[in-house]
Amino acid sequence: MISNTQLELTAYKIRKHAIDGVYNAASGHPGGSLSIADILSVLYFDEMRVDASNPQDPDRDRFVLSKGHCAPALYGALAEKGFFPKEDIVTLRKADSYLQGHPDMKGVPGVDMSTGSLGQGICAANGMALAAKLDGKDYRVYTILGDGELEEGQVWEAAMFAPHYKLDNLVAFVDFNGLQIDGDIREVMNPTPIDKKFEAFGWNVIVIDAHNYDQIKSALKNAKETKGKPTMVVAKSIKGKGVSYMENNAAWHGNAPKEADYITACNELEAKIKELEEKVNG
Amino acid sequence: MADIKKIATRESYGAALAELGETHDIIVLDADLSKSTKTEVFKKKFPERFINMGIAEANMMSTAAGLASCGKIVFASSFAMFAAGRAFEQIRNSICYPNLNVKIGATHAGISVGEDGATHQCLEDIGIMRTLPNMIILNPADDTEAKAAVKAAVEHDGPVYLRFGRLGVPVLFDESYNFEIGKGVQLREGFDVTLVATGLLVGTALEAAKLLENKGISARVLNIATIKPIDKDIIVKAALDTGALVTCEEHNIIGGLGSAVAEVLCEIAPAPLLRVGTEDRFGKSGVPAKLFEDYGLTAEAIAMKAETAMGLKIRK
Repeated sequence: MISNTQLELTAYKIRKHAIDGVYNAASGHPGGSLSIADILSVLYFDEMRVDASNPQDPDRDRFVLSKGHCAPALYGALAEKGFFPKEDIVTLRKADSYLQGHPDMKGVPGVDMSTGSLGQGICAANGMALAAKLDGKDYRVYTILGDGELEEGQVWEAAMFAPHYKLDNLVAFVDFNGLQIDGDIREVMNPTPIDKKFEAFGWNVIVIDAHNYDQIKSALKNAKETKGKPTMVVAKSIKGKGVSYMENNAAWHGNAPKEADYITACNELEAKIKELEEKVNG
Repeated sequence: MADIKKIATRESYGAALAELGETHDIIVLDADLSKSTKTEVFKKKFPERFINMGIAEANMMSTAAGLASCGKIVFASSFAMFAAGRAFEQIRNSICYPNLNVKIGATHAGISVGEDGATHQCLEDIGIMRTLPNMIILNPADDTEAKAAVKAAVEHDGPVYLRFGRLGVPVLFDESYNFEIGKGVQLREGFDVTLVATGLLVGTALEAAKLLENKGISARVLNIATIKPIDKDIIVKAALDTGALVTCEEHNIIGGLGSAVAEVLCEIAPAPLLRVGTEDRFGKSGVPAKLFEDYGLTAEAIAMKAETAMGLKIRK
């Protein structure tokens, strides 16, 4: 059993990779990448059955980043897991790199579905979960949606589909950080109440703090024990979590930090990584 | 001519799926139209491999991608309008970009849908689908070719768009007919002009060739069932041999076979080309035969265009 401190350490390393990638690319989406780092850490280092040396294993668990613009965090998690060299993170979004701006399943080891156009990832995750059911296989499927993404109509088609076909091997997270590009989600196009909507659609709904490891683990355990319906984890998060000036600021949804801001972010993240490493080793 | 057997290619689609389901791990998705698309034939035989998506084409295409990523051969079925039209972006990003093994079974293409009218008569799908990398487009002309196209699509690893009709059309080919993706077929030899036809208008083009023959004009007829990748060789040869061409399709003259043939001619063997198809306007309600007359998709209209095209031949 991996400790919460160890998971948090990995989450901060993921955050550092995400910031490194976005800074070197001079573009990308840091805010939402930072908010999902803890969930990714638990999924890839505590929950999912995946093997970096066999990324196409037909029996592996699948992960779909429905909010594909947060690829920098996913790449960070995959690099930490050993799917590709960490050094490659700085090639993100560059013309000769395989690390596309949005996840590309054909080019990036460990990416199970190409995403980026919002609303489509959860549908693909449904398809994977259905495939497991049809084949009598026990692999599970995980996906993360953005809260703004819930404004896409296709999400609600998928929300009807998963309970209809009793996809209890599917766990979806909503990264509920409350901000989208144009501002507060409640002002742009209010998707709340998120929990009640998915409950009404027939999901097992759990509301958690997206940065609390006990709650993330407990939600995943609950999902495994829930039979006959899919689980939706509404994860209340802080956009930009871990970099002080990015926290709860929509301006950092799709902007890369310039040098001075990058140095500040590195200092903060490296200090946290050092602190957590001392805790783990101490 | 009452003895000519007529079968709608959507019927062939359902029958082919049911047959191929025995030997291949095919999953069929439909968006509440299985009685019309004829996927219900498959559903009755393999209920566990038939998934009704409800009226949700966008979800259907992306779900199909997820299934295909897990090794399934997936057929996603709806009317052409809602498959290629409504779900274009899902087909592009979820299916074509990752090059997944999903086949789009698009029925009720063209004005031959008839009475339902313009909202259900897709005349743009070939044009839309043709611009997508990795996509193969098959537009079969009759029952034999439609069944062969479904089989070829199953054997091809990657996205395929299959276009089928609602209207019964004459069976043109017998079982000896050999279908190959990317290969056009010359159905009739001729040296004055070439009629390049696809889908439902292949039969009409053959009739047009007879009308021309009566006037002493020798018309070659090509059947182009694969719109993409198009058979350049057969088109270039026709241009060199006959010097004038007419494309015949139940689709907007913009973006479909007419455009595809024009691209080949312009780049390799320039020759006058006229296009028979719907002329950049929407369809309307009516019986198919009357619509073909109103929209100029008849043997007479094709023959007339052929003569005009011959008059445009480049003098040596």
